[in-house]
Amino acid sequence: MEINAKGIYYRDLNKMIREAVAGGERSFVLRNINGQRYIGDGIEGKVKMDLYGTPGQDMAAFMKGPEIVVHGNAQDGVGNTMDDGKITITGMAGDIVGYGMRGGRIYIQGDVGYRVGIHMKAYKDKIPAIVIGGKAGDFLGEYMAGGVIILLGMFGEDRNGRPAAGDFLGTGMHGGAIYVRGGVDEHMLGKGLKPEEATPEDMKTIRPYLKEFCQVFGLDLNGILDGSFSKIAPATHRPYGNMYAY
Amino acid sequence: MLYYDQNKNYRDFEVLRDENKCIQCQVCVRQCSYEVHTYDEKHDEVTADQTKCVGCHRCEAFCPTDALKIRKNQSEFRDNALWTPQYLKNIYKQADTGGVLLTGMGNSYPYPVYWDKMLLDASQVTNPSIDPLREPMELRTYLGAKPDAVEVHGGNGHPRLDTSFAPQIPIEYPILFSAMSYGSINLNIHVGLARAAEEMGTLYNTGEGGLHPTLYQYGKNTIVQCASGRFGVHTDYLNAGVAVEIKIGQGAKPGIGGHLPGEKIGPEISLTRMIPEGTDALSPAPHHDIYSIEDLRQLIYALKEATDYKKLVFVKIAAVHNSAAIASGMVRAGADVISLDGFRGGTGAAPTMIRDNVGVPIELALASVDERLRQEGIRNRASLVVAGGIRCSADVVKAIALGADAVYIATAALIAVGCTVCQRCYTGKCPWGIATNDPYLAKRINPEIAHEKLANLIRGWGHEIQEMLGGMGLNALESLRGNREKLRGVGLNETELNILGIKHAGA
Ligand code: SF4
Ligand code: SF4
Repeated sequence: MEINAKGIYYRDLNKMIREAVAGGERSFVLRNINGQRYIGDGIEGKVKMDLYGTPGQDMAAFMKGPEIVVHGNAQDGVGNTMDDGKITITGMAGDIVGYGMRGGRIYIQGDVGYRVGIHMKAYKDKIPAIVIGGKAGDFLGEYMAGGVIILLGMFGEDRNGRPAAGDFLGTGMHGGAIYVRGGVDEHMLGKGLKPEEATPEDMKTIRPYLKEFCQVFGLDLNGILDGSFSKIAPATHRPYGNMYAY
Repeated sequence: MLYYDQNKNYRDFEVLRDENKCIQCQVCVRQCSYEVHTYDEKHDEVTADQTKCVGCHRCEAFCPTDALKIRKNQSEFRDNALWTPQYLKNIYKQADTGGVLLTGMGNSYPYPVYWDKMLLDASQVTNPSIDPLREPMELRTYLGAKPDAVEVHGGNGHPRLDTSFAPQIPIEYPILFSAMSYGSINLNIHVGLARAAEEMGTLYNTGEGGLHPTLYQYGKNTIVQCASGRFGVHTDYLNAGVAVEIKIGQGAKPGIGGHLPGEKIGPEISLTRMIPEGTDALSPAPHHDIYSIEDLRQLIYALKEATDYKKLVFVKIAAVHNSAAIASGMVRAGADVISLDGFRGGTGAAPTMIRDNVGVPIELALASVDERLRQEGIRNRASLVVAGGIRCSADVVKAIALGADAVYIATAALIAVGCTVCQRCYTGKCPWGIATNDPYLAKRINPEIAHEKLANLIRGWGHEIQEMLGGMGLNALESLRGNREKLRGVGLNETELNILGIKHAGA
């Protein structure tokens, strides 16, 4: 199904999509997307959406299963509390990508804003992942409880100058792991965290994500793998275990 | 200076055992999860380590010969109005551990209870009272946004409604069970709450810990919660109930998040929260996608979109100094129901200083929120459900007269199934089997009996509410809602009367 979204109010657009999905439609091409919010929110199942333009806030929130490709940039809240599925963004994305995300993958070729991957979770073999080709703002992976974040710092807008990660990376993290290509200074990390060099075992863990990242954006995997990776993992699963007087 | 815990002998309670009555049956040994009682085989004697007693009265309640009494420790410090024993003991404790003082349940300080300073009206001579036993008395309440005006066409005995309504939830009693997460309490209580809500035609709230698979069947009577930790939040969950509540804050601990300690995350809790066993379940203080009213609107509408506009969205805040302005923003942001939790609201765990020193009494917050929304002409756009220390049906009636659509109860519900408000819920050892997920202790709650007791509580309060309404000459709760003429203050100053919007008794 192809929709020219020009001038369509978000509520009408999303209703159209929901009704089409309920009627069995599985493939969407949305053109002239210009800031419409909540696209793909709460949609379940094997649905594929190609978005041309710039979708608005909270795209794919609570989404369970669909695959969304954004040919362009995305705004804040991509994949908010997302359950499953795959999001690919050829440009950049705003703040709080993947907040509370519990499954699925998000691939962003360019930079992302602040507070990305906050409180991502994992349960058994349901492990969410975010791969960021560019750089990230402060508080990446704050409160992280599970999942994988990979920050490459390679394909964003400002390649020179500031480091790949922002400050307070992984503050309060108590699960999961963050990988930063090219390393990260300890003073930029949340309290108690230390960057470690990624082991061959770690590289084996992240390779499938990097491979898919390269596949979707037509990039060279070796060009990414030939850099060094730092891993930031939680110091404890109980960050506040000793805080209280009983 | 003592080199061990100075509090050890400054215990809070004394366990008095009448040796003439004690038959060494050891019921107390089994009932006390704090291991206060032990049986000494050699001397065939049950003894008590009183330092560990939290005063929950479980052993006393179960002692078959009435041999046990739990009393406050009689040992007294020299009187001092400033340095009361509680402060001394807290300081000793913190000097030993360097930790944050933790407590459970609601604010226990003697702040004024405004419910007890308001009296209800009744009919005499000029307007007859109504007998609820003989005449219909309407307690049903519809939660949800109401339109600004209703348009009808077609008269001639066949009027047709033109206005389309936002979804509404009918409740048969203006009493809902407030959020208590699976994790802070156990599944047996959740089942009891769900079934009681179903039987009585009201709602219970899952709290922020997700929903156990066996509870989806009670969806029509369920509010699911979406808090900052987003535990167990997925599409099935969001669509499971009749409403989704965004939890911004909680009366017992405004402004701070929650930590469910890793010890409490067993396999079942881990399943509903969708986090690994043994990991702390941390709810950040704010939702990191909400830093403004606009952001709140964004989450409200993301939830509405994700549930196809079929579910009501509640937004719960703790009552704080500027609740009225915040509530106005919440209504404008699209909340269908505002849940307002006063500073006496309970909790499974909160830092003591926060619980006892932060927030606003619900009576005042309710009055100011209702008044503000009326002034702005938007009161109809959201229902108002209040919580935080509702103890009896008279509190409910007063809350409704002040402007609430309904109330939330949680502490009262737990008391109905045995809780003695010992305030040690955070230990996970609740001897009454409530605030615990230890299977041995949780078994102490039978879901069927819990269901019955909770339903009885609502039933009893319902009768009383009808009686009070009838006494005022009203036959529908709707006629009392926001009807502050039916309230009078006693012993309140001008400022308090102004905020509550009521006259002093006698006027
Ligand atoms: S059961 Fe409760 S009241 Fe009795 S000794 Fe144990 S803690 Fe104290
Ligand atoms: S729920 Fe249990 S631990 Fe909490 S106050 Fe009541 S009796 Fe005490």
